[in-house]
Amino acid sequence: MRCRKCGAPAVINLRHHKLALCAEDFQTWFVDQTQRSIRKYEMFTHDDRILVAVSGGKDSLALWDVLLRLGYQADGLYIDLGIDGGLRYSEQSKAKALAFAGQHDQVRLMVVDIPGRYGESVPDVARRRRQQQRPCAICGLIKRHEMNRIALAEGYQVLATGHNLDDEVAVLFGNVLHWQVGYLQRQGPVLPADGEGLAQKVKPFCRFYERETAAYTLIRGLDYIYEECPFSLGATSLKHKETLTQLEHEAPGTKLHFYLSFLKAKRQGLLCPSEASAEMLHPCQVCGQPTIAPALCAFCRLWQS
Amino acid sequence: MNVTFRQKQWTFDSPLTVSQLLKKLRLLPETVLVVRNGQLVTEDQHLQPGDDVRIVAVVSGG
Ligand code: SF4
Ligand SMILES: [Zn+2]
Ligand SMILES: [Zn+2]
Repeated sequence: MRCRKCGAPAVINLRHHKLALCAEDFQTWFVDQTQRSIRKYEMFTHDDRILVAVSGGKDSLALWDVLLRLGYQADGLYIDLGIDGGLRYSEQSKAKALAFAGQHDQVRLMVVDIPGRYGESVPDVARRRRQQQRPCAICGLIKRHEMNRIALAEGYQVLATGHNLDDEVAVLFGNVLHWQVGYLQRQGPVLPADGEGLAQKVKPFCRFYERETAAYTLIRGLDYIYEECPFSLGATSLKHKETLTQLEHEAPGTKLHFYLSFLKAKRQGLLCPSEASAEMLHPCQVCGQPTIAPALCAFCRLWQS
Repeated sequence: MNVTFRQKQWTFDSPLTVSQLLKKLRLLPETVLVVRNGQLVTEDQHLQPGDDVRIVAVVSGG
């Protein structure tokens, strides 16, 4: 198989785009496509300060790398969740994030140590709150709160995460299966800020298949944590991914089409947000972040015994 | 050739294409990348007995 751009031997064949590329042209394509998504969905400009949520995994490190190559002012935020799982997961993933930051002058990596700051690791909080099975709901709550807190305190207008097409499509599939209208209204490449002064959240990789972000990290030689968070094993989103991949295998482009058609339907007025939601928000009495709860937000309630 | 995937190892003596290898291991090409002697390769490539082959899973969870 030959590269469609230059005729050299191809290293990857993107069946859904009918496009085979060599390593050099794949990188160029990948960086250009990221820039296109940033413009198309009006995510940010070169004047904005961007905070990248870095987990040490392939997607977030690739995202940070591409944003820096495109000349954006992008700093990193690593949230240490205190997860061990027999493989020192948090420690190892933090090391990957720090190593990447160490190779770049003038970038900043902020580290939030959850057990150090709040006295308990994520699995510990989950255990105390009797969410034995999987701490993911609490983990997500903590990550969202801390990203908002740091972005606000440090003056970042935009929070960027490394979610790829496969992630987005798995979530979309789950939301459609259960007709979670509220979630569907909010799903997309750009999530407006939850409240005044907070950063808007963007997903510049939302049109890339997972395989494409993995290929980019391999070709660029980015060192990421290969192991998954031990709590992700058996997650519903992984099962959805398997089902969707089977469909993709039989009809290349299925996932991309599913996602882009959803975005188009939204633009055409499907799933318009109801008016009530924004008015019900008010600041949490402890941290000041917007909440619909009467006094304390869900995050602050976590730490009340 | 030596093939590694998720801490597992296989040895194959006869030449085969990347696509044949993935079929043998019951892996969907959408879920992996194949690296031969340090280089990413497409599914039509022929793998030779002396090759060192690493299969990288691309699915991330959570
Ligand atoms: S798998 Fe669950 S616990 Fe692990 S990082 Fe993701 S959300 Fe947190
Ligand atoms: Zn080329
Ligand atoms: Zn609060």
